[in-house]
Amino acid sequence: MGLLRYIALRASLIIPSVLILYTIAFIVLRVLPGNPVLAVLGTKNIPEEQLQAIMEELGLNKPLYVQYFEYLLNVLRGDFGTSLIIRGRSISADLADRLPATIELAIAGMFVSLLIGISTGLVAGLKRDTKIDVGLRVYGAVTYTIFIPWFGLLLQLLFALWLGLLPVSGRIDPATALEEVTGFYILDSIITRNREALVDALSHLVLPALTLGIVLSGPYTRLLRNNLVVALESNFVMAYRARGVRDHKITWHAFRNAIIPVVTYAGLQFALLLGGAVLTETTFDWPGIGTYLVEKIQYRDYPAIQAVVVVFAFAVGVVSLIVDIIYALIDPRVRY
Amino acid sequence: MRGLVTRARRLSGIVLEGVPPTGRKLVYVGLAIVIVIVFMAIAAPLIAPYSPTRASGKPLEPPSREHLLGTDRLGRDVFSRIVYGSRTVLWVVAVAVVISSSIGIPMGLISGYYGGVVDRALSMVMDAIYAFPSLVLAIALAAALGPRPENAAIAIAVVYIPTYFRMVRGQVLQLRETPFLEAARVLGIPSARIMRRHLLPHLLPTIMVVFSLSAADAVLTEAALSFLGLAVRPPTPDWGFDLYSAKGFARSAPWLIGVPGFMITILALGLALIGEGLSERVRRTR
Repeated sequence: MGLLRYIALRASLIIPSVLILYTIAFIVLRVLPGNPVLAVLGTKNIPEEQLQAIMEELGLNKPLYVQYFEYLLNVLRGDFGTSLIIRGRSISADLADRLPATIELAIAGMFVSLLIGISTGLVAGLKRDTKIDVGLRVYGAVTYTIFIPWFGLLLQLLFALWLGLLPVSGRIDPATALEEVTGFYILDSIITRNREALVDALSHLVLPALTLGIVLSGPYTRLLRNNLVVALESNFVMAYRARGVRDHKITWHAFRNAIIPVVTYAGLQFALLLGGAVLTETTFDWPGIGTYLVEKIQYRDYPAIQAVVVVFAFAVGVVSLIVDIIYALIDPRVRY
Repeated sequence: MRGLVTRARRLSGIVLEGVPPTGRKLVYVGLAIVIVIVFMAIAAPLIAPYSPTRASGKPLEPPSREHLLGTDRLGRDVFSRIVYGSRTVLWVVAVAVVISSSIGIPMGLISGYYGGVVDRALSMVMDAIYAFPSLVLAIALAAALGPRPENAAIAIAVVYIPTYFRMVRGQVLQLRETPFLEAARVLGIPSARIMRRHLLPHLLPTIMVVFSLSAADAVLTEAALSFLGLAVRPPTPDWGFDLYSAKGFARSAPWLIGVPGFMITILALGLALIGEGLSERVRRTR
């Protein structure tokens, strides 16, 4: 089987899971609240004709199964419908506005967590059963249970409010001029050769990325440490030692073996990363999908909430596909 | 009462059997943390010096002898709110974990034991939910149901059903092929009895691990839901919501931030330590 066929097969496997999540989102956000228009308006009395007119405008008066398939078809075309609150406002446009901020934060958070997780895991594994190892293992267990908004607010208090080293919140200083090309501020400021904006955008990114990255780094520490310990005890390492291979080379080979499960785990962590991003964004007023979701929940804008869930489902599916492909490429045992 | 004690003793015997000393130490530390917080919740009226919902001082007073942890923006005693807040989170988490385990475990047992089309379909749905960001799903559910503690509990419960299902099903698939189960089948023992009397006891240690780890996770999810305003309505004291209310006063009243977040983290840590400690046995026997 060629790599392309393998990718196609894997890609076809994510379709059912995305469909299942779409269905759940539909049931939870379209069927469960009953009539979403009335849910939004609360108990206010509204003339029957007016209600019918709004329902018709939003396509909510059709039978549920028709709505189910119509919405699905529209989603596949990239159309998430319009907002219930700001009438006529396209949700797809909102999402396109907000998505780059979340992706930027997620990538930065992933980078920080892998950097910290891999380096601490490596040290702990090599210094096995020393005080450093015990300390780093405690770090791995404790970071996992840290409540993200609390940690974020503490960092904010220390580095932004007390020391004044970094900006408190937001994604960029409103006074900084930046021409938007892609919506990714870091990328945009590099493209437009705007050094001032680059520094500003990066300094805004530091605290949210650290918050998210540190909280998610614990499992990597533990996973890499445990794998490394196993790898260093295995026969191939003994064989290397017997032949007098130098230590740092042995470490490198053991590390290569130990890192493979970490890659898979990074894919599984992606879901946690998205959940964590919602909290991090709320903590730092980061204008991404997470804050969008929270805003929309306050107004019970069900179509918008539904859209966010569907987008996240797609994102999780696509990332698991990418992880499968990377896995196939780095682990020669995977046949495709 | 006596029967209960012996049963509890036997249960703890089964659960702790084969757990190495390092693991036991973790379990005891975790248990100590959880017990202190549970005690705080039960004895809240005796511990808290003031009402958690009524003003007892000026707004935003820093910590002092009258107000150990200061007062919030409405002049309510922060310490009293922390003490009473433990009730909300413990109640929500307990209800959520009981619901999700009592649905997830039987489903996993039956699905894994019988196999077939139903098993495959169920596994697919469970895997899809499991892969999705649990917090986002809980947010969507809680948003659809409305901001009340019981709805938050339901939302969290739904999110953790797949965790139990997957774990139980995986173990049943392994045990199904073992000789003692084959013997039980050959003897003509009814399936329901096999599941309850022969499979379930073998799953107990793993169930306890997942139980405490998912409870730890549920604490963080509850706090997140209430931080986002989806679990309680003011003036109910709740750690996550109190942290959110403190957000705007970080500069003028930093004492409002420290304690609620610390309590959330320490409770989650306590539950996670129990799970970690117990899982050392599971890891060894594998």
